[in-house]
Amino acid sequence: MEIALSVNGREVVRDVEPQELLLDFLRDSLGLTGAKRSCEVEVCGACTVLVDGLPVSSCCTLVAHADGCEVTTIEGLSARPEFERLEEAFTRHAALQCGFCTPGMLLTVAALLDGGELDTPEEIKRSLAGNICRCTGYRGIVEAVAELAGVE
Amino acid sequence: MTTVVREPATRTQIGVSRPRRDAHEKLRGQAQFVGDILVPRMLHGRVVRSPIAHGRIVSIDVSAAERVPSVVCVLTGADLQDIDPYYGHAIKDRPIIAIDKVRFHGEQVAAVAAETPAAAAAAAEAIVVEYEELPVVAGVEEAVAPGAPLVTERDARAGLFHGLGELPARDGNVCYRYRLDKGELEAVVAHADIVVEGEYVFPSVYQYAMETHTVIAQVEGDEITLWATCQHPFLVRAEIADLFGVPVANVRVQVPYLGGGFGSKSYTKMEPLTVALARKAGRPVKIQNRVGESMVTTRRHNMRCRMRTAATKDGRLLAREVACLFDTGAYADNGPRVVATAGDAAPGPYRWSAYRVDASCVYTNLAPAGSYRAFGATHMQWIGESQVDEVARRAGLDPLEVRRQNLLTPGEEVRAGGKPLDADLIGDVEKVAAAVGWDEPKRPRMGRGVSVGLLAAGAHPVSSAVCRLEADGRVVVLVGTTEMGQGPRTAFAQIAAEELRIDSDRVTVRGADTRFTPYDRSTGASRSTTIAGLAVQRAAADIRQQLERIAGTGDVDPDDYLALMRKHFGFSGGELIGRGEVVPVGTGSYAEGPVFWEVCVGAAEVEVDPETGFVHVRRTATCADVGKAINPQLIERQDEGATLQGLGNALFEEMVYEDGLLLNDTLLDYRVASFEDLPDAMTCVIVENEDGPGPYGAKGCGEGALAAVPAAIVNALADAGVPMNELPLTPARVWRRIQELKKEDKWQS
Repeated sequence: MEIALSVNGREVVRDVEPQELLLDFLRDSLGLTGAKRSCEVEVCGACTVLVDGLPVSSCCTLVAHADGCEVTTIEGLSARPEFERLEEAFTRHAALQCGFCTPGMLLTVAALLDGGELDTPEEIKRSLAGNICRCTGYRGIVEAVAELAGVE
Repeated sequence: MTTVVREPATRTQIGVSRPRRDAHEKLRGQAQFVGDILVPRMLHGRVVRSPIAHGRIVSIDVSAAERVPSVVCVLTGADLQDIDPYYGHAIKDRPIIAIDKVRFHGEQVAAVAAETPAAAAAAAEAIVVEYEELPVVAGVEEAVAPGAPLVTERDARAGLFHGLGELPARDGNVCYRYRLDKGELEAVVAHADIVVEGEYVFPSVYQYAMETHTVIAQVEGDEITLWATCQHPFLVRAEIADLFGVPVANVRVQVPYLGGGFGSKSYTKMEPLTVALARKAGRPVKIQNRVGESMVTTRRHNMRCRMRTAATKDGRLLAREVACLFDTGAYADNGPRVVATAGDAAPGPYRWSAYRVDASCVYTNLAPAGSYRAFGATHMQWIGESQVDEVARRAGLDPLEVRRQNLLTPGEEVRAGGKPLDADLIGDVEKVAAAVGWDEPKRPRMGRGVSVGLLAAGAHPVSSAVCRLEADGRVVVLVGTTEMGQGPRTAFAQIAAEELRIDSDRVTVRGADTRFTPYDRSTGASRSTTIAGLAVQRAAADIRQQLERIAGTGDVDPDDYLALMRKHFGFSGGELIGRGEVVPVGTGSYAEGPVFWEVCVGAAEVEVDPETGFVHVRRTATCADVGKAINPQLIERQDEGATLQGLGNALFEEMVYEDGLLLNDTLLDYRVASFEDLPDAMTCVIVENEDGPGPYGAKGCGEGALAAVPAAIVNALADAGVPMNELPLTPARVWRRIQELKKEDKWQS
């Protein structure tokens, strides 16, 4: 089946299998390997991308469902000027270690910051609970996000 | 080679939290992991795994699989008759792929190579395997019972790197046994006023490195190239060379960034099978595990333990006896080392008159168990420390006071023949206790606990490094340490920069690629900053000394480096190459070790809900007793990560087995710690006594907190009124215990 979607601001028209996953499409067809495969059951968030601005697990989303949508991956997000703020905060707080969860984490964070929904540390933790990080112990991430969101 | 030691006051690169060197690449999704690598003509592999725990393979029908379009080949045990197909760094007991029998749920039975992952998966589905089921050895107690079926019939042949002296002959299903004996145990116990005794159960746990085991293998003649998610590329190289009969130098193992390790990628894992499949296919093959497959590739040993601790009525610790059975699954993996390390941790760092430790590594029909961060110490510390707290309760003393009275002090013997204590444990435990408000008033159902232990760290101390000072003034460090998040590339850049008196931004650390980076034994056992870091320091100091020789003076300004190089080489090219090596002091044997004792000290404050059994962790504190902090922020992050893993291990992580079948093989029903499990407050106390064997007196960290935190939580929960002898402390288990306490009239409501 033929689909047309926007990926990181570029129009993409492709013939895909109906069962093809968005994650495989991004990684294998478009070479966008920032989204990672891990749990495959929508728990860990390593495969998170934005579809029409909202975070989704691309490991459990059919690419056909993204037909006509705007998809943003870490490659697209990091090309935006406002990404430098995220990079600076995550770097200064050492909010990453192995880096495997990091792209998905940042896409979720970017969507939450866009939505302006982060008012307390508890909200940050609750809102990010769909992204697992096995390395950092989360504290550096919470600190970085709190600073970005202006949460005391 | 001598190490240039500079006065601390002049240091500019050490002891500062420089930003991670890999942050930019990782934050932008540019960091490459094995799964991101494409090799020309690469095929995709898929593994068929056993659905049963123990059985004879009657037949494997691959004909339908071979007919699936784009399938290149199918590999089974019958394809390995030209080599000795058994491997295992500790004990050579594991076939590359099942031969005649399967011994655990998930064992590799066949593997397919095809042009696409989908074709490989379809072909794997089409393979028909007929099994004749055999009696399942589902636990350690069954395994050591008289007349138990044998999990494996093979003799225990020592692997290349068992590293534990003479390997004992196998005894039934016991493949390794570690014993310690000190003093006259029975006589000492007979005179004790207090004897605490109990039986304890520790669960099997999954490391969950978020990047699953992934390997690309290419075989061309007698050259084998691997891109692999391995922590110890040089040890994998040796095992692959040994298995496939090629020279060591013909095996090239490249390790890009690792998506977490925690021990799950230590030693050889999916590499032999991938090489065997690529060898048959005649083309490169990638195998990428799914989470459920990585869970049965390696896991943390479950264990049963009997322990008793004897003391005087005024709280002086006298004697301890420990007997434990570690479930290493169907193949030994790192079980012998885990058991030896547990044996060393079992007495706890106290001044004993007598102890006896008997730790066994036992085969069962579960998946093989191996390394996981702070292995052995995590298993034992919560048990030993809960008994120390019970001694304190019966003696009417504060748990801190009992520790002050009994803890070893620096220089005292930990284990006969081994390294004496190299840390101030009393100071460490006092600091973490203070950090959780030890003396503050407590609400009902709230409790606080501390725990103290030691972990034999450093593994075998052999590392080397090369520094290259380039003609543009930049420095490249080549070192075989793998970057799995713990930050060695950042720390090594700081160390090299310090020696060369330049900014660490001018240093790039590259590795690991066994063809180009010099030998580093392994990345694990908290050894990299201490041992590989020392090699880096020596390599950088070597360059500095060359520059001083060229200048004819010891007073060389870094601004003059390029002029000196031009003088030396006669043009604006060339490079100075520095070499650094670390070899053992003494024989490097396990008995003489360890390289250093990693400190496992922590404290916790918990609150239990008696209606639900839910345990809320309010505060934790851990001690990073690191000798010298090269990068304090990275140390804090290490301890915080270990704290969350320890919290998961203590409260909810457990691989659930029933008759040898793994029931929870996805993240849906195997829960790991999330943001919402963060303690309300988490403190990492960094202690710098410059008493380590590494650069500037540094010693490793990052594991100790994982042993300390579960023990501190168990003690805190007991302080809140609920003593437990089985992990994890799930609400159901805690609630049931509270009901038992109520029946025994031991619950204070």
